Amino acid sequence: MANAKELRKQIGSIKNTQKITRAMEMVAASKMRKAQERMARGRPYSQHIRSVISHVANASPEYHHQFMVEREVQRIGYIVVTTDKGLCGGLNINLLKTTVMDIKKWVDQDVEVDLCLIGNKGVQFFKSYGGNVVAASSHVSETPAISDLIGSIKVMLDAFEEGNVDKIFLANNVFVNTMTQTPTINQLIPLEPIDESSLKHRWDYIYEPDARQLIEGLITRFLESQVYQAVVENVACEQAAKMIAMKSATDNAGDLIDELELIMNKARQSAITQELSEIVGGAAAV
Amino acid sequence: MASTVLCSIVSAEEEIFSGQVEMVIATGTMGELGILPGHTALLSGVKPGPIRLILEGGEEEIFFASGGYIEVQPTSITILADTALRADDLDEVAALEAQKKAERELVDQKSDVDFARVSLDLQEQAAMLRTIRKFRDRKG
Repeated sequence: MANAKELRKQIGSIKNTQKITRAMEMVAASKMRKAQERMARGRPYSQHIRSVISHVANASPEYHHQFMVEREVQRIGYIVVTTDKGLCGGLNINLLKTTVMDIKKWVDQDVEVDLCLIGNKGVQFFKSYGGNVVAASSHVSETPAISDLIGSIKVMLDAFEEGNVDKIFLANNVFVNTMTQTPTINQLIPLEPIDESSLKHRWDYIYEPDARQLIEGLITRFLESQVYQAVVENVACEQAAKMIAMKSATDNAGDLIDELELIMNKARQSAITQELSEIVGGAAAV
Repeated sequence: MASTVLCSIVSAEEEIFSGQVEMVIATGTMGELGILPGHTALLSGVKPGPIRLILEGGEEEIFFASGGYIEVQPTSITILADTALRADDLDEVAALEAQKKAERELVDQKSDVDFARVSLDLQEQAAMLRTIRKFRDRKG
């Protein structure tokens, strides 16, 4: 009977784990709803400002901001947005894999790479993987304020202004739906003009009051909104991935329990059969 | 039918308006701007104040923006507002209160306030009140 007792203990511990994962699933689900809402509300602004900025990059302005000028690439920077906590499936690994592959492409061309990391998981990864980390910030809350993020980004932007870095990319997960999050890498600066044939001819805006002031303000806001949106989107991705991961953990625990219960019942039954046949055998012997 | 242009007003928090309009009247840094479809490309700052949209069919809608940028392309108008509200959502009492508070802070030299911030606040509240009045005039 020792066998059955052991199995019962094992089932009990799996049931406890299942309770925890189920609770985590529900927490993630409710957090996800909020994070998704926040993300959806910020999206129009970041999309519109991106299109405005690409229009500006398409124009032939009287004032060229240095963020708009393509330079020969010797050193590039990546801003990588990851989560702080684990238990969210392959979310971070997928993003980091994509990033590392992208970095490798540049390294093969003898371009050096600087990293700016947001989120604990990225920090841990690049600590063991290696890489020149110039700035890192972790423990970004679920409702990030732009001011919390701008510090680490500033290091990158300063490096660009000083000419140490010639391109900056932003790597983060994009929330498609609850089941799918896609790692994406976007070029942040220099600003990329879009291919729009209607805007191909030489043209420029009328600026009121002053091109320099306007473009500078607009670019600052653009960068802030892009990074903010990346972080907010990442939070939504994290919660969605966590929910899915916890759901499958709960399901797996259920399967395991079923299996163990079957084994336990078989063991009990065979024990009873054995006992019975012993009794019958004993009675026959008398 | 008059021609129309696609206009969208977005703030950092949400998309406030998106649709076809006949005319946009906004408060730019250099003064009021009236923008009709086919306007040449323009980039301007937006001062705190009302934004009036004349919708298809002549109906009018009023919004409030507390600053930001406006981008005009011949086929689209984008207003990137810092914060934007529909005029019906504005609270006149709260705006008056905030204006009074800002004025008091300005007068009260002792209190250690950031002069630039408070006067900006004051401007914003005044602009909000202007929007409310304009909205009421139209209705009443």
